[in-house]
Amino acid sequence: MAAAPLNEIRNYTMNFGPQHPAAHGVLRLVLEMDGEVIQKADPHIGLLHRGTEKLAESKPFNQSIGYMDRLDYVSMMCSEHAYVLAIERLLGIEPPERAQYIRVLFDEITRILNHHLWLGSHGLDIGAMTVFLLAFKQREELMDVYEAVSGTRMHATYYRPGGVYRDLPDSMPKYQVTRWHSARDVARLNEARSGTMLDFIQAFTEQFPAAVDDYEALLTDNRIWKQRTVNIGVVTPERAMQLGFSGPMLRGSGIAWDLRKKQPYEVYDRMDFDVPVGVNGDCYDRYLVRIEEMRQSNRIIRQCVEWLRAHPGPVMIDDRKVRPPRRERMKEDMESLIHHFKFFTEGYEVPAGETYAAVEAPKGEFGVYLISDGANKPYRLKCRAPGFAHLAALEEMVKGHMLADVVAVIGTQDIVFGEIDR
Amino acid sequence: MSESVEALAGKVDALLEASVRRVPALAHELAYETDAGALLGVCRTLRDRAELRFEMLMDLAGVDYLHFGYDDWQTESATRSGFSRARLPQEAAPNPDAPGRFAVVYQLLSIAHNQRLRLKVRCPDTAEPAVDSVIDVWASANWFEREAFDLFGIVFRGHPDLRRILTDYGFIGHPFRKDFPLTGNVEVQYDPDKQRVVYRPVSIVPRVLVPKVIRHDHRYEPALRDPQVPR
Repeated sequence: MAAAPLNEIRNYTMNFGPQHPAAHGVLRLVLEMDGEVIQKADPHIGLLHRGTEKLAESKPFNQSIGYMDRLDYVSMMCSEHAYVLAIERLLGIEPPERAQYIRVLFDEITRILNHHLWLGSHGLDIGAMTVFLLAFKQREELMDVYEAVSGTRMHATYYRPGGVYRDLPDSMPKYQVTRWHSARDVARLNEARSGTMLDFIQAFTEQFPAAVDDYEALLTDNRIWKQRTVNIGVVTPERAMQLGFSGPMLRGSGIAWDLRKKQPYEVYDRMDFDVPVGVNGDCYDRYLVRIEEMRQSNRIIRQCVEWLRAHPGPVMIDDRKVRPPRRERMKEDMESLIHHFKFFTEGYEVPAGETYAAVEAPKGEFGVYLISDGANKPYRLKCRAPGFAHLAALEEMVKGHMLADVVAVIGTQDIVFGEIDR
Repeated sequence: MSESVEALAGKVDALLEASVRRVPALAHELAYETDAGALLGVCRTLRDRAELRFEMLMDLAGVDYLHFGYDDWQTESATRSGFSRARLPQEAAPNPDAPGRFAVVYQLLSIAHNQRLRLKVRCPDTAEPAVDSVIDVWASANWFEREAFDLFGIVFRGHPDLRRILTDYGFIGHPFRKDFPLTGNVEVQYDPDKQRVVYRPVSIVPRVLVPKVIRHDHRYEPALRDPQVPR
């Protein structure tokens, strides 16, 4: 067969995803390639669109908290946080101090959870298997903290307008003896779980810096890792702002912007921590930024644990409008029973108005724009997902790179489809 | 932070007095409304003037005001007729062609001055809602505008690639409009005869699980009242 004449050589259009392990969920990418070089990338999203915002319009305010977990399903409580903050601002209420510390504690635990998943899958995508296993070992410990406090490992529904659902538990769930775990193993595993939850978290924070050192030993000076990430997906600070980047994507490009510092919410203004900033704006800098963020989160967690030990108190505002009656009272008090019924069927009315509440979620600025017309349901809820703006910039970041670098860029953007498709 | 909000409001008013109107907002927030015709000029000024420098568009949301303030239950006064006495009659349904039904809301952020500002623009035509695209001012508007187009049918004039983004290929309608049913219009099912997935009208009957109730609670409304801004 004769070779095709040169003028018949065309760019190759390739479909990537939606079922592909490196697509981080359900990303469908239509790539136009010249050889192995990307000319055009068109992400098709929406395969996980569930209409969360529309569903929230049909439910009382509190019933949508659980939907927020399912947006960014690896940084659950941070999405809840923005939602309850928006409601609190419209109601004009403020949670008790202890609840604010608990929220900061869990926001930072969530950040470590999220960065572990990012680190594991990013590493796996570009060829580092070990770090995935190490990261998930640590992640599992914190999942247990989620479970101890809320009853579920992931979709916690723990924050409430006016505080948090309940105080921190006095004990941690323990391992049981099974066919695979002997009594001696179980005793060793349960050693850190013998005290309260705060003891467990403290024990975690003590061993955690060494774990981060392990990740760094595996990756930071690793020749292959650097070849795959240095100078890949470079974004200048000007473009990062134009493209609406936030979080580590913005800081990786050298802009020292962190809502926890610049527009502090809850008790972040009392926390002592640093904001890491990148220099070159490439995948490697964003990796360094996120690694350092984990160390800083660990610092914040320690400060929270110390404060929470010393300051017991209420974790929910004493306001009958947003707080259900106590169950013991319901058993003997008719008014409490009526209150409970009205609270869970009708909910509470939020005064007419609108607000935009943003938190520094692990992926960037997660914002909730809430319009209320004075009803018991949100009139309009718009979730500003950080990943949405990041993925929109994918084409710009991968143009001129090789096909394999697309995977590195998807990894560095920390894409999670729950929040992008909503 | 409230003080710096007032300082910022002074700067915005001085530069854009003719084209923006301040609207009531919570104490630490600043919100403006502008007309569709003046939008691009206002956005350029907000981004480029050294004293404003809103270099980031964080979010863009479409809003459908069709049912704003309409509730399912009457709460202000009692009626006499039966258990469902508070249920409002259907003829109270709002007019879907009323002007000003659709709006676009921009959340701006100034990193240089650490300020936020919310800008709202109402689409003048309800039958064919359209505003100018701000993609030349902020590149991040690209997907946000596609999303608002997809979900609300708001057209952004000058957008280079206004396609649907979140809904299915070949989807009909704009699902976040208030007159679009929550259950949707079609559902998918596998048809063994045709040996493929087919669309058919939904079999779920739409119903209201929790009626929308508006009560004016005087304990909380003062929290919204900003002394600076007339309500």
